[in-house]
Amino acid sequence: MATLTQPPATEEPTALGYVETRGLSKHFGDVRAVDGVDLCVMEGEFVVLLGPSGCGKTTLMRMIAGLEKPTAGEIYIAGERVDDDVPPRARGIAMVFQSYALYPHKTAFQNIAFPLEAAQVERSTLRRKVQWAAALFGLDRLLDRRPRQLSGGERQRVALARAVVRDPKVFLLDEPLSNLDAKLRAMARFELKQLQRQLGTTTIYVTHDQVEAMGLGDRIAVMDKGKIRQIGTPRDVYDNPADTFVATFLGSPPMNLVEQDEHTLVGFRPEHFLPREVFGEEPDLVTFRLRVREVEYLGSDRLAYGYLEEERRSDQPVIAAVPITITAPLAEGEVYEFAVRRRDLRFFDARTGLRKPAPR
Amino acid sequence: MSGRAAVRVAKRAALYTAAVAFTVFAVFPFYWMFLTAFKQNRDLYVGATNLQHVPWIFNDPPTLDHVRLLFFNTPYLVWVKNTALVGAAVVAITLVVAVPAGYSLARLAGRWGERLGIGIFLTYLVPPTLLFIPFARVISVLGLQNQLGALVLVYPTFTIPFCTWLMMGFFRAVPRDLEEQAMIDGYSRLAVIGKVVLPLAVPGMLTVVIFAFTLVLQEFVYALTFISQVERMTLSLGVPVALVRGDVFYWGSLMAACLITSLPIAVLYSSFIDRFIAGLTAGAVKG
Amino acid sequence: MAPGPQAQATLAPPAPAFARRTLADRESVLGTLMLAPALAYVILLVGVPFALAILLSFSSATAGSLDFTWAGLRNFAKLLGDPQFHRALGNTLRFMLVSQVLVMVLAVSAAHVLDAAFVGKRVVRSLLLLPWAAPVALASMAWVWIFDSTFSVVNWTLKVLGLLPGWLYWFGEPGLATVAIITVHVWRMFPFATVIVLAGMSVIPQDVREAAVVDGAGFFRRLFHVNLPMLLPVVTVAVVFGVVFTATDFSVVWLLTRGGPYNSTHVLATLAFQRGILGANLGEGAAVALFLLPVLLVAAVVMLRLARRAEVGT
Ligand SMILES: Nc1ncnc2c1ncn2[C@@H]1O[C@H](COP(=O)(O)OP(=O)(O)O)[C@@H](O)[C@H]1O
Ligand SMILES: [Mg+2]
Repeated sequence: MATLTQPPATEEPTALGYVETRGLSKHFGDVRAVDGVDLCVMEGEFVVLLGPSGCGKTTLMRMIAGLEKPTAGEIYIAGERVDDDVPPRARGIAMVFQSYALYPHKTAFQNIAFPLEAAQVERSTLRRKVQWAAALFGLDRLLDRRPRQLSGGERQRVALARAVVRDPKVFLLDEPLSNLDAKLRAMARFELKQLQRQLGTTTIYVTHDQVEAMGLGDRIAVMDKGKIRQIGTPRDVYDNPADTFVATFLGSPPMNLVEQDEHTLVGFRPEHFLPREVFGEEPDLVTFRLRVREVEYLGSDRLAYGYLEEERRSDQPVIAAVPITITAPLAEGEVYEFAVRRRDLRFFDARTGLRKPAPR
Repeated sequence: MSGRAAVRVAKRAALYTAAVAFTVFAVFPFYWMFLTAFKQNRDLYVGATNLQHVPWIFNDPPTLDHVRLLFFNTPYLVWVKNTALVGAAVVAITLVVAVPAGYSLARLAGRWGERLGIGIFLTYLVPPTLLFIPFARVISVLGLQNQLGALVLVYPTFTIPFCTWLMMGFFRAVPRDLEEQAMIDGYSRLAVIGKVVLPLAVPGMLTVVIFAFTLVLQEFVYALTFISQVERMTLSLGVPVALVRGDVFYWGSLMAACLITSLPIAVLYSSFIDRFIAGLTAGAVKG
Repeated sequence: MAPGPQAQATLAPPAPAFARRTLADRESVLGTLMLAPALAYVILLVGVPFALAILLSFSSATAGSLDFTWAGLRNFAKLLGDPQFHRALGNTLRFMLVSQVLVMVLAVSAAHVLDAAFVGKRVVRSLLLLPWAAPVALASMAWVWIFDSTFSVVNWTLKVLGLLPGWLYWFGEPGLATVAIITVHVWRMFPFATVIVLAGMSVIPQDVREAAVVDGAGFFRRLFHVNLPMLLPVVTVAVVFGVVFTATDFSVVWLLTRGGPYNSTHVLATLAFQRGILGANLGEGAAVALFLLPVLLVAAVVMLRLARRAEVGT
């Protein structure tokens, strides 16, 4: 925040990300929709904004697009400051809205061609580019249809074709798959990733679905209450959550958090929490006694819900995800010995929720 | 069992009777216009004391005489022309002023928009009855007495508030996403209005055209105040005021004029009434 | 796979020089510019004449000359002692109240009829709208002819039915003229009110409405305890507009009776026209018309409260 007092001239970014925000905030009255976000997206990178609904993802994206004026902070695209005086149309971005926002009075062709018309692309080039984009998404036969004659998946692809057609510097995608049914969604996720690799366009992707986020992102920025809690590779945020919010938001079922003492919470993933006998003679184990309350069979796993006998205030159930290949008995009401490898334990400050190093 | 069926039949009958009664009351004057317009004078001017002569039907064959007289021996067609001129001018002014204002209130004016919108709508409640006296002064200062220009100047005072309000509603119904998408697709706010918003608001603008035009056709007080020269009159003034010769009403032609003028407007208006009501009750009815 | 035509471009991003905002991007400026003509029109041609109306009422201005002499409260003082003015004020209120009560009774019943399913409903609905849609001046002329002293079809029908011993001179007698005027007002306003009430009924849950229709014994109880309270906001809109339109109406009275017989049916609007335009006494005419203001103020306040409620509600 010290930089705020310096004159603007010295704030020129140095060798930085392609899209960058600094101390970006947006307040709607008392609501701090976005609260001091520093985000840096490298060129060609695919960054996913992940967080629960209402955490400010859309607002952050809309500010980058120029649709919302920041309350405070700065936005840079390709090293140039844009938040103040560059309108959305000039930012070199393409955005796909959750609703797809197809123009109902235009055909699919006209929808895709619309951004090119704005750029006053010459007629024959325009046709060629639209056909290229349409082919990319398998829309060749649908170009004469109007949006209401298209299925949900087709609409989504028209919206994507319209986004790629004019070669944007940045894609902004706001939950583009959430209106598709589950089967289409998996397909579309795969295609989207392929496409982004192929085009190499810097992409910011908003979702509240962690599976999407883990599958798509080069890096994931986990948001809560207007703030970015952690940003890192999918592996990194999953394995080394920066705080208890990230720890419990990612993973299904989420990370177990157990009170160690009044200052410290211990966290471990359900899939690391297994019957003691699985580990054999391994050193560096931490063992607990789990009183099983409920067992769910999920096909590939068994989920055991229960309480730790060691824990003083056991109001929070602990979950173990035991692969079906492990045949150890798990009966409701029984107490079993479970264990976690010491290196799989994560420690958090009980008051702030922030990660802290393992105690000696 | 049969008792209940009887009650049901009675209820149906009551329902239909009521529907018929309301309809007869509403339609009767129009039926009367129609009879009068096409009756021969002999059939028309029979005193109501003659109980043998039934006035409700054509006793003699219908005739086109009154219509012919109306078209060829009265200034009716001149009034039609005047009305069309004034109507077209007022509609044009209304569109040019109310459409941008409606958009501004719907999208650009922010929190102020709501207040200003209600304020503008309230001016629709200020009636001609209150304003025709000061306008008489204004019009005479401007030297516009007996000019269609006076009507063109004054009629937008009631078309603009109402149509601005209507357009505001129509613009609010255009999804915001579409406008923002277009801004990202490379267009300025102004270009977005032209390329996306207006094409989608065409039904709204059509409604505005119809309403502005019918409001003009309905107006009587201002016309009576500003226009006394017969060739400068509009339909709604000329027909009631100037289709008399001396003290004699030409009822056949007069009713023909009423019928020919009213029916098309009424049909047009009825087909758009739902939008009109939606505009009036916006706020009082949710959804 | 062959890269698209633009795959090349992203490899070496040119140092972008972003276009800056222009006038066409500035929403506050655009908003102001687009609103300005409407505001100007309303202020110049409603606001200023409105102020002028008030000013004129304190003057002895006449139509013939452009002079403007301050007359203080003289116009008002004169009116307060003028029986014709008292009559006009009373008529305005009487016509308005009686016709609005009748209109609302008719409209609520007609809306209930139209809300029930029956054959030909759409036709009935559009026919019901004719009186409101037709130009009021022309419709009034039809009524003048219907109530004609010699040829009145109303008289003929009453006579044939044996209901009329003497003769009705509709516009020759103050009482009958009042009946005629109120009839036309009701005829003109009730379809409008019906459609508004219908719009309101569409928000009442279907089962409640059906129950009201099916269950005959409970009809009135439901009407007063269920339907009317739910309809209240919409009925208020209908009443506000009805009040404004009838209280300020000029055409019906002017064309039917011209305030006659013996100036007995003048309302504020026609009296203002008689004094201000025909009598060329603008000041006095303006003073007469100004007495409509309380009605309008009440209407405006009611509308504002409704608008506020809707704002809070949504
Ligand atoms: N235009 C607005 N006016 C007021 N509050 C808003 C507006 N837009 C968003 N908000 C609030 O800001 C917060 C973040 O919203 P949003 O960015 O849409 O979240 P997300 O996309 O993560 O679900 C929410 O609490 C929302 O209610
Ligand atoms: Mg969102």
